[in-house]
Amino acid sequence: MKILVCISHVPDTTAKISFVDDNKIYNKEGQQFIIGPNEELALTRAINIKEANGGSITALTVGLTETEPTLRKALAMGADDAIRVNAEPKDAYNVATQIAEVVKNNNFDVVITGRESIDYNGGQVGEMVAEILNIPSVSGVNDLELEENKAILQREIDGGFEKIECVFPLVLSGQKGIAAEPKIPAMRGIMMARRKPLNVVEPIDFSDATEVLEHNLPDAKAACTMVDAEDMSELVRLLHEEAKVI
Amino acid sequence: MSVLLYTENWDGKLKKLSFELASYAQAIASQLSTEVVALSIGEVSDEELGKLATYGVDKILNLNTSEYKDFNAQHYAKAIAEAAKKEQITVCVFANNISTRAIAPRVTVKLDGGFVSGCVAAPESVDPFIVTKKAYSGKAFARVQINKDLKILSLNQNAFGITENEKSINIETFDCPIEESASKILDVKKNTGKMSVLDAEILVSGGRGLKKPENFKLLEDASEILGATATVACTKPVADLEWRPHSEHVGQTGKVVAPNLYFAVGISGAIQHLAGITSSKVIVSINTDKDAPMFEASDYGVIGDAMEVMPKLNEALKAFKENA
Repeated sequence: MKILVCISHVPDTTAKISFVDDNKIYNKEGQQFIIGPNEELALTRAINIKEANGGSITALTVGLTETEPTLRKALAMGADDAIRVNAEPKDAYNVATQIAEVVKNNNFDVVITGRESIDYNGGQVGEMVAEILNIPSVSGVNDLELEENKAILQREIDGGFEKIECVFPLVLSGQKGIAAEPKIPAMRGIMMARRKPLNVVEPIDFSDATEVLEHNLPDAKAACTMVDAEDMSELVRLLHEEAKVI
Repeated sequence: MSVLLYTENWDGKLKKLSFELASYAQAIASQLSTEVVALSIGEVSDEELGKLATYGVDKILNLNTSEYKDFNAQHYAKAIAEAAKKEQITVCVFANNISTRAIAPRVTVKLDGGFVSGCVAAPESVDPFIVTKKAYSGKAFARVQINKDLKILSLNQNAFGITENEKSINIETFDCPIEESASKILDVKKNTGKMSVLDAEILVSGGRGLKKPENFKLLEDASEILGATATVACTKPVADLEWRPHSEHVGQTGKVVAPNLYFAVGISGAIQHLAGITSSKVIVSINTDKDAPMFEASDYGVIGDAMEVMPKLNEALKAFKENA
């Protein structure tokens, strides 16, 4: 079984964010970059499955050289090899096109993405890859079993959960629940990661469908109005008369 | 050149988001001097569909064949793409939620369009087409330009509001043949109990500061008093400890909510939790720690022990409701 896990190289959520170049670009200075939390959980589950049933896992990212340490982390966790598509991930449709090309050239059975990346929160790439390749996809997966040529998944739907069976090849996007917590690479994993193959491929031609022109930060929040703990009727009055939410 | 909106329904009724989306579509259609077409898939009566006309919808396409009775992202995506081609749509709008995230990207590729998800306002201009969306898990906004002829947008819940513009009711039947599906549904489990945190107008949410699961009764009482549109929510640690079900977990890897009022009780205010609540209209925080980051993100704050404050708050809310 050949599994491809697509990971995003994103800034740590707790980071204080700022922008440069007339607010067009994220300010990377002094920032910690990580594997996106949704993909990290999905990769963890894929590794558990591989360790139990065999198969191979390739970690992929679309990004420049700076993203290689993040790919090495995926290798340290347990992926067997990595692919970096040498392009900046500025547009989801473009990223999906690059990933689809890699999938076409490598015959993966299962392609895994995260529910959304924590930088642009788009949640688009996985489904786009499936549509480009004309294969099935399942999003919002929070439980996964892989058998010889099919997947049994649980996905979150409006108001509940659905259990689905789907033949290979397919694309699935994983979210919280797909693994209990992310796998922490052991020392041995980190040592081995340096020797595992990391191949760089050039992107195919595709013009971006969308372009980020500028970023803005939200207006600063007004100071919090404090209310005495003994005076809850005052809080209720404020919520009714001032905030008008009750 | 029209604007198409994908409406959603539950149990034969149009969801409230459909009316907000119609208002949004109408605003964009005005900017483009064109019309609004709504597509409904599933079993919804003509009488119910007609309500869309109140919110500026010029034509309603009703796809109600048996093959479309149950949600299937791939079938729905194909139907929407076919409707878009038939009506010569130039902008297609969706609400931003789990279901549409499975559909809209496929529609985008089928129609070779440009998709911006998580929009918070009508486009600032239509030529070039520029729209603002949320980014960095709610910590920033991004102005994005779409460079393809067909624009696809998904609108965040409660980001736009509802505006009326009475049109005459015009409903047309629509059909689209389906293809074989490679996936099979084995089982469906529905969440029992109160409404989803995504639909609630008031959320009473608790964190580890509540000390033990039994103390969540205080929050359940508050939500009872506040009425049918109020429900309980929680933070990730609380869900991981299994004090509350995972469906109540609000945060970066949980649900992103947009209620009118969010009570954060015994919640310190970790960034991952804040990422789930930035779209709340009003936030009230109750915490013993005066330095809790939650206060900085709140509109109103109470320094105190949740177990002492909540009974007093519940009493005050009860008195308010009785006199209302």
